[in-house]
Formats: sequence, C-alpha cells, structure tokens
Amino acid sequence: MPAVSKGDGMRGLAVFISDIRNCKSKEAEIKRINKELANIRSKFKGDKALDGYSKKKYVCKLLFIFLLGHDIDFGHMEAVNLLSSNKYTEKQIGYLFISVLVNSNSELIRLINNAIKNDLSSRNPTFMCLALHCIANVGSREMAEAFASEIPRILVAGDTMDSVKQSAALCLLRLYKTSPDLVLMGEWTSRVVHLLNDQHMGVVTAAISLITCLSMKNPDEFKTCVSLAVSRLSRIVSSASTDLQDYTYYFVPAPWLSCKLLRLLQCYPPPEDGAVKGRLVECLETILNKAQEPPKSKKVQHSNAKNAILFEAISLIIHYDSEPNLLVRACNQLGQFLQHRETNLRYLALESMCTLASSEFSHEAVKTHIETVINALKTERDVSVRQRAADLLYAMCDRSNAKQIVAEMLSYLETADYSIREEMVLKVAILAEKYAVDYSWYVDTILNLIRIAGDYVSEEVWYRVIQIVINRDDVQGYAAKTVFEALQAPACHENMVKVGGYILGEFGNLIAGDPRSSPLVQFNLLHSKFHLCSVPTRALLLSAYIKFINLFPETKATIQEVLRCDSQIRNSDVELQQRAVEYLKLSSIASTDVLATVLEEMPPFPERESSILAKLKKKKGPGAVSVTELEDSKREGGELNGGGDRGSDTAAMAASNASTPSPSADLLGIRSAAPIGAAPASAGSLLVDVFSEAGPAAPSAAVSDDGFLRDLEQPTETSDSLLVEGSGDSDPKFPVSHRFVCKNNGVLFENQLLQIGIKSEYRQNLGRMYLFFGNKTSVQFASFTTTVSCPGELQSHILLTKPVEPLVEGGAQIQQVLNIECLTDFSEAPLLNIKFRYGGALQNLTLKLPVTINKFFQPTEMASHDFFQRWKQLSQPQQEAQKIFKANHSMDTEVLKAKLLGLGTALLDNVDPNPENYVCAGVIQTKSQQVGCLLRLEPNAQAQMYRLTLRCSKDSVSKRLCELLAEQF
Amino acid sequence: MPFFMLLFSRQGKLRLQKWYVPLSDKEKKKITRELVQTVLARKPKMCSFLEWRDLKIVYKRYASLYFCCAIEDQDNELITLEIIHRYVELLDKYFGSVCELDIIFNFEKAYFILDEFLLGGEAQETSKKNVLKAIEQADLLQEVSHVKNCE
Repeated sequence: MPAVSKGDGMRGLAVFISDIRNCKSKEAEIKRINKELANIRSKFKGDKALDGYSKKKYVCKLLFIFLLGHDIDFGHMEAVNLLSSNKYTEKQIGYLFISVLVNSNSELIRLINNAIKNDLSSRNPTFMCLALHCIANVGSREMAEAFASEIPRILVAGDTMDSVKQSAALCLLRLYKTSPDLVLMGEWTSRVVHLLNDQHMGVVTAAISLITCLSMKNPDEFKTCVSLAVSRLSRIVSSASTDLQDYTYYFVPAPWLSCKLLRLLQCYPPPEDGAVKGRLVECLETILNKAQEPPKSKKVQHSNAKNAILFEAISLIIHYDSEPNLLVRACNQLGQFLQHRETNLRYLALESMCTLASSEFSHEAVKTHIETVINALKTERDVSVRQRAADLLYAMCDRSNAKQIVAEMLSYLETADYSIREEMVLKVAILAEKYAVDYSWYVDTILNLIRIAGDYVSEEVWYRVIQIVINRDDVQGYAAKTVFEALQAPACHENMVKVGGYILGEFGNLIAGDPRSSPLVQFNLLHSKFHLCSVPTRALLLSAYIKFINLFPETKATIQEVLRCDSQIRNSDVELQQRAVEYLKLSSIASTDVLATVLEEMPPFPERESSILAKLKKKKGPGAVSVTELEDSKREGGELNGGGDRGSDTAAMAASNASTPSPSADLLGIRSAAPIGAAPASAGSLLVDVFSEAGPAAPSAAVSDDGFLRDLEQPTETSDSLLVEGSGDSDPKFPVSHRFVCKNNGVLFENQLLQIGIKSEYRQNLGRMYLFFGNKTSVQFASFTTTVSCPGELQSHILLTKPVEPLVEGGAQIQQVLNIECLTDFSEAPLLNIKFRYGGALQNLTLKLPVTINKFFQPTEMASHDFFQRWKQLSQPQQEAQKIFKANHSMDTEVLKAKLLGLGTALLDNVDPNPENYVCAGVIQTKSQQVGCLLRLEPNAQAQMYRLTLRCSKDSVSKRLCELLAEQF
Repeated sequence: MPFFMLLFSRQGKLRLQKWYVPLSDKEKKKITRELVQTVLARKPKMCSFLEWRDLKIVYKRYASLYFCCAIEDQDNELITLEIIHRYVELLDKYFGSVCELDIIFNFEKAYFILDEFLLGGEAQETSKKNVLKAIEQADLLQEVSHVKNCE
C-alpha cells in the first residue's frame, strides 16, 4: 500500500485493490471480484442498515471493479442515496459513481435530478460544484431538460462564486452540445459575452469555451465578443511573463486562454472596425516576433506553450487569408520549424503549411521549401510525419514543380506504408494528369504507378489513362510502345494487362511495323498473360483479340484457333463463352468491310447523345455528376481521403456485353452501361468525363483538371448523367434553376468539401426531393444544419421532414427528404441554406433549390385536331408568350426530344404539319387550380435559332415557362 | 475539445478513463483496446501526435504511464500536450512525486483532480494553485466528516 493517504483512506478498499493486484492470473482476479461482489450484495441486501462510510466504501469498490472492465448491475440505488448525504465525502463518491456509471433508469434519473437540484440550491459552493460537475459529466437529455434553464442564471448571477461560475459555464457548454434546443441563451447572451471581461482569469478561461461554441452556432448574436476577445488577447500578449502570476505557465502568459481567444476569433471574419483590426494585427505580429526571441526557459513546456499560441495565431492568419505580409511571415516561421530537432514541431509545421499552400499569397513562399519537404519524405523515421510531408508536397504542387514532385512521390510509393498507398496512388494520378504538359510523361507516370502499386490503382485511374490516350492521337503510338515494353516484364500487374490489352487492341498497328513488335508478337505477349487474369480482364482481352483480327488479318488464323479451343468456347463463365462464340462467328462470316466497320477504332469520347438516351431509359439514382467547377486554389490534401472503395465495372461490363454482341459496342458499353447491378459508380462517372471533354473549346489540360478529380470523389451512388451539359454548361454561375428544369436528378452543388446530389419525383401537385449531402473530406463536418426557406411571395409550400444529423463523418453521405406541395403557380425558387464547420472554419452556403413550376406537369396526349382546337382557344394575347433566340446547345433531334420529355409534358407526334417542329401539351397541377399548357418549338437549323411559343390558361405561367425554357435549348 | 482522455500503463492496463462524448461501453472498450495497441506500438522518439480514425491523438509517456487525449481536427495539439503535462503536475503536487501506484490506489482522487481541472473536456481552471486549493478544501471537509464518523 502506498504511504499517501490523503483525506480519509478507505482501508477496506485499499486491501481489496492490493488483493486484485496480487492476483497471479485473470481467473484469480475474476474469482476475487466475484467474492467481493457477493459480499457487497449481501451487505446491501442485509437487514442491518449500513452507515454512510460503509456504503461509500462499497460503492467505491463497485466503481473500481467497473473501471477494471467488469459489468456492474447493482449498487446504483446506494450511490444515489449517497448523493443526499450531508457529508461531503459520501456525496462526492456518490456523484463519481453516477458520473461513470450512469444508467438511464428513469426512476433513478428522477432521484438523481432531485439530489442535484437540492445541491444547486444549497448555496454551498463546493456542493454546487459537485452537482455541476455531475451534470457536465453525464450531460444527458433528461438533465438538460431539468437544468438547462437554471444554469445560465447561476452563471451570470452577481453573487455566484468564481469557482461555481467556472463549473456552470462548462456545464452549460456540455448541455448545449447534447441538447442545443434546450439551452436558450436569449436574455443572457450579452452578460455571458461580457464574462470575457471578468477579472478572474479562470472564469474567462472557462467561459470562453462556452462562448466559442455558441458563436459557432449563432455568430450574429455573439459578434460583440470579437472586440472583447481582441482587447483581452492584446492585454495578455503584451503582459510581462510574471504579470499573470499563477496563470503564467513556464514563462508564457496564459497560454490556454490565448489559444482559446485566437480560436474564438476564427469563428468570425476579420474585424470590420479599423481600430480593433489594427490591434489584432499588432497582437499577431507580436506573437510572430516572440517566436524569434531566445527562449526564456529550456524546458519543453515553455516552447510548447509558446508555439501552441503561435500555431493558433497562424491558423487565424490563414483563416483571414487577407494579410499577405502575415501569411508570408507565418510561412517563413513554419519553414524554420521544418528543420527543427523536435519531431512534434516538424509534424505540425508540415501540417500547417499544407493550408498555407492553398492561399494565393503564400503559395509561392511554401514552394521554396520543396527540397526540405522532399527530404522529410525520404528521411523522417515516423510514418505519420512522412504522411504529412506527402500531403504537403501534394498541396504545393503546381505546373512548375509537378515533374519533380510526382517523381518523388512515385519513388516514395515503393516503400510507403500499405495504409496510405491507395491515397498516394490517387494523388500521383491526379497530379500527373492535372499538370501534364506532355502526355507521354503522363502515360509513363500512370504505367509506373501500375507497376509499383498495381493493387492500389483503382479503375478510375486506368480508365482515365485509356480515355486520354484515345482522345489524343499524338500520344497513341507512344502509349502502344510503352505498354508493349511494360508487358515484357515476366510478372506484371493485372491492371497493366488491362491497359495493355485495350491500348494494343486499338493502337497496336502503330508499332506493328517494327519486327520486334509485329502483330503476332503482340498477340503472343498478351495471350501469355491471359491465363493468369481474372474473368473481366480475360473478357477485355478477347475483345482486344477480335480487334487484332481486324487490324492484322495475318493474325486471324491464330486468334480463331485460340477462340475455338475448348477453354474459350466452352468456358464455364458465360460471359467469356459468349464472347468467344460470337467473336469467332463474327470473324468467320463478316466480310472485311463489315469487320472494319464494326471494329473501327474507338472514336474520341464525345459520345454524347447515345449515352444520354441510354440514361434516359434508365433514369435512376441521384446524379453524381458535377457541374460546378472545383476551386483549384483551395484544394488540400485531405480531400482525397474520401476516395475509398469504388465499385467494379465487372457487372456493367458483363451485362452490357451480353446484350450487345458487337465488340465495338461492347467497348463502349464498358463506359455507358452504368446503371446496372450493384456497383456501377465508376462506370457512370466516366461518362461525366466524356461529357466534359466534349466541350468544343475546352483545352485538354483544363478538362483533365476537374474531370478526374471529380471522378475520384464521386460518392458511391449510381451516377445518372442524364442531360449532363457539356463544358459550356458547367459554368457554376449557370443558375441551378435552369440546369434542373429538364431533369430531376443530378448534382446540385459541389466544391472541394461537399457534394450535394438531388433526386426528386413529382406527382400531380406534390413532390418529394431527396438531398444527399456527401462529405468529400476525411474529416467530420460538425454542426451540420440545413434550412429551407421560401423567400418573398413564393407560394410553393415546402416541409422539412426531419433535420439532418448534426455530424457528417468524413467520406460519409447523409440524406434529407423534403416534401413539396405546390399551392399555386410560382416563379421564385426556394432557398436551401447549409451551415457546417469544417476544420476551424464555418461554411455557409445558400443555394436555390431546383423546384420549378414545370415539375408539376402532367403530360396530356392529344391528337392533332384537338391540339389546334385548344391552341385557338388560348388565343388571347396575354395567354401567349413567345421568344426567338439563338441555340445555345446542340440542336440534335434526340437531345431536344430528351429535354422536352424531361420538361414533363407529353411530346406529341404527327401534330405539327412541319415535322421539324415540336409540340407538347401538359397540365400543371397546383392545389388551387390546373393550368393547361401548350408548347411549340420551331428550330431553324440553318440560322441556329429557335422560336418558342407557349400558350397557357394562365398568363403568368406562359411567361414563366417561356423564360425557363429559353435557357434550355 | 478532447473526446476522451486515457491513462494506461506500459503493459496496456487502463488506469483512468474519462469520456467527454457519450459512447456505449462496448464502443469505449473497443476504442481503448485499439488505441492502447496503436500507441504502445510506437517507438520512443516518434512524434506525439497521430491521426487515428477521424481524430487526432496526442499522447505522452511519463515513467510507466501513458497519458493520451483524443482531440478534434481543429484543436491545438501542443496546448493539449500541455494540458496533459499540467494534469501530471497537479497529480505530482497532490500526491508528492506521483507514481502509478498512487493513481491505482487513489483512483477516485485522480478523477476529482481531473474534474477540477477539465470539465466536459474544456479547461476549467488552469491555475495550479487554484485547482489544488479546491481539492485541499474538499479533503478538509472529508477529514472533518471522517473524524465525526469515527466518533
């Protein structure tokens, strides 16, 4: 037993603990515990009333047993009894037991709350503190209900002792975190904010945690705290190291409070008041200056406390992102830390610099440290530090240093920890594509990736290299030559075989002139890998073979022989068997011309309309199609982490092939058959790229910039790229209300943190909209709230069915459902406001929800005669709205049809005498009335113009529909 | 804000656990098991911070005991390291050159001291003098009542 026995030792407890420690085995321990439990149980059940001391001792033993990891199912009542003891020591143990072993037994909760209530009103500060500690430790809903209104009163009352105030502030914070709806600050707000001015540093330290949390949620209500925080900070920063007496920690004045003040300021933009801002900038400069001063102590506590403040100050500087001078100074300071002998500081400097790299003011300054960071990647002994270095390299990468950084990351990959390889692969792939100036470098890099870390190369990566090769004829020969060489390796990764099979199948002819890579050599090389590959890869290889027959007639006999052998034509896998049979047949009966047509080289990827139609038929799933541009400048390492496992394309491949025996269609199908089976996400997302590349003016580098990243970050939803606009439409400024007029599903919003997908369905005047909020980062979003409002005279009525979970885990997706009822016609869109905290910063964004009047269309079928009769009935001038405008998008028939169908009306055939024109009819269902609408769209292909005419039984509807639709074509 | 604080020995025995977010016992046990394993596997000169799940872990070893805090992404690692140190100082001052045994045999005291220093995960009182004063006052009350008890 130790000599120390402060307060009252409980001898029985000490003996018991000694016994447990002396147990030689787990079994012996359990035996001893069971004996003790039986003893305690009999004491509690015994006839003799236990005195307070014994009760306390037994409760304490139970607590000890619980903390050892054993279950305790009794003793709660005795602990609750202790709460109402007037002896402090018994009360204290009672509260400790309750805090650790709280049980949601309602009867007990009532008793506990009663005891707490008594202690809170006892006016004995030590009792009050005990009660507050218990509430803060348990923090249950029941306690919030009982005490949330009482505690603010205690906190701000003039006669409350300082120590009680401190406990009350943090107790309230805990209740606010568990039940924000029950903690209403209202009238107390200003008095709570003024606690920042309290004379007692302990009170300020405790209160500021509460104020920071409240400010995050209600920044406006608490904004007066900014100037108070600045002046408090200023006083601390400029004080001598001894001024604050016991609040000075190893010669650093009030480090905890300083950090918290700086943290609080990060809830707000830079102060608007010039004087306040000046004072704050001065503080930040002083903190940066102090970092250069010689240390006042050699103790690590001194430097830690000092640097804790410094890092928090740098966070604030980064948060403001508006003071170039401070940003560069911060960067230089971190640069010094990069070579510090303390591992902790190197780690933090790398981490902090990552965010600095994303500021335009300090990006260049960060880049100057590249050699140090590369060195860290190579030499740091701690993997977590190396990881930070890799993150920073990724963040500081741009066109000027991409080759160097990619090369370093590739060589690191060879020895990298398994846990981070996939992320590294994605990073390398992204950088290689984003900054590729010459595409042979890009091809080399990706093939290297596959060679070094093939298992971690996801489909997106190898799909992407194929897409790029197909779309850029200047790199095709090089790619063919390079994969051919890569395949020479005796053991190469299956992903390499896939890429090789695909590329040689398409472009093998470009290297066939060299006898060392003659057609037969190529074929034999590919086929030598065949037997080691999985079914999907073999299927791909079979397609490559049939392409060979077309490219190189001299290989026909050999390949037919292969196809004909039993292991192919009788393969137990139905997919392989079918391919073998069909390809064999195709190669035997089709003439060379037919073969050449069917097996023509893959066209570049603007495969627009057919995919749209394919999608149209299989409308489903919320779109994972991004239209918003990624903000390049704010990109940071963390965002990649979301890219976890993604679906395989096997199902899509197999299924599409089964229905499309033509191999060229099949190769296409790998991409276009997204909505099949369980895991088509990757296939679908490729489509997005296809579209983004279709934009006529988009330079290829810019295309790859976004397309790829977007790919990798798709949530694993089925992508529905229905009516994905080409790059022309990807302008983020293009209003949401216009993008979603003709479709119900898609990506409403996307930036580097968050992706919002919507999926909606409408019936008559009712609608239901599913919002999917996807966290693209690896970090939890805190305080995630959404609100929907209907501004102005908007009559469409929207109900939120349930609030979103306040936390969105990294990489996770949450769903929210909105029920919509259209009361009468409308033209404004409801607004969706989203707030959450990511890292330190509050994110706040407001989007228009794509609810437009046409969503409530019911299609109406009618014959030509009826149509024109109604057309004439609606002939009053105000019932008609007309617009003549230039075509903004493709005038292709199928595209137009798809859009008009998406509008919700019936597209009427054989109505208009001119077959070039389109007429549609529908009824808009609102709660108050039905509005019949007729539409006529007359394209003039030569002039690239349209005339759009609408006639509706309500004139406001004609006008609104005309505005909406004029943007669509 | 810390999510939890764990004290465990080099042998992986948990000596103190304080949870600032509601979790089931099962989750707590799982987290404890995994984290203890992770931290014990690290070599002495390694960095005191690591990413673990979505949390940042800050830990430091004092003699045979590891002190380990899980904090949120935006929290300050260095100041957390000093939170740990201040707690160690408080224990040291109270017990007089504290050792693992003190915490085993007087676990309730270790909890009381922690509650005076950190409440709900946030610093309540960072002055060493004030925290110890509060604890000593409580001890005084204990002794008074204990004396009464024995009479």
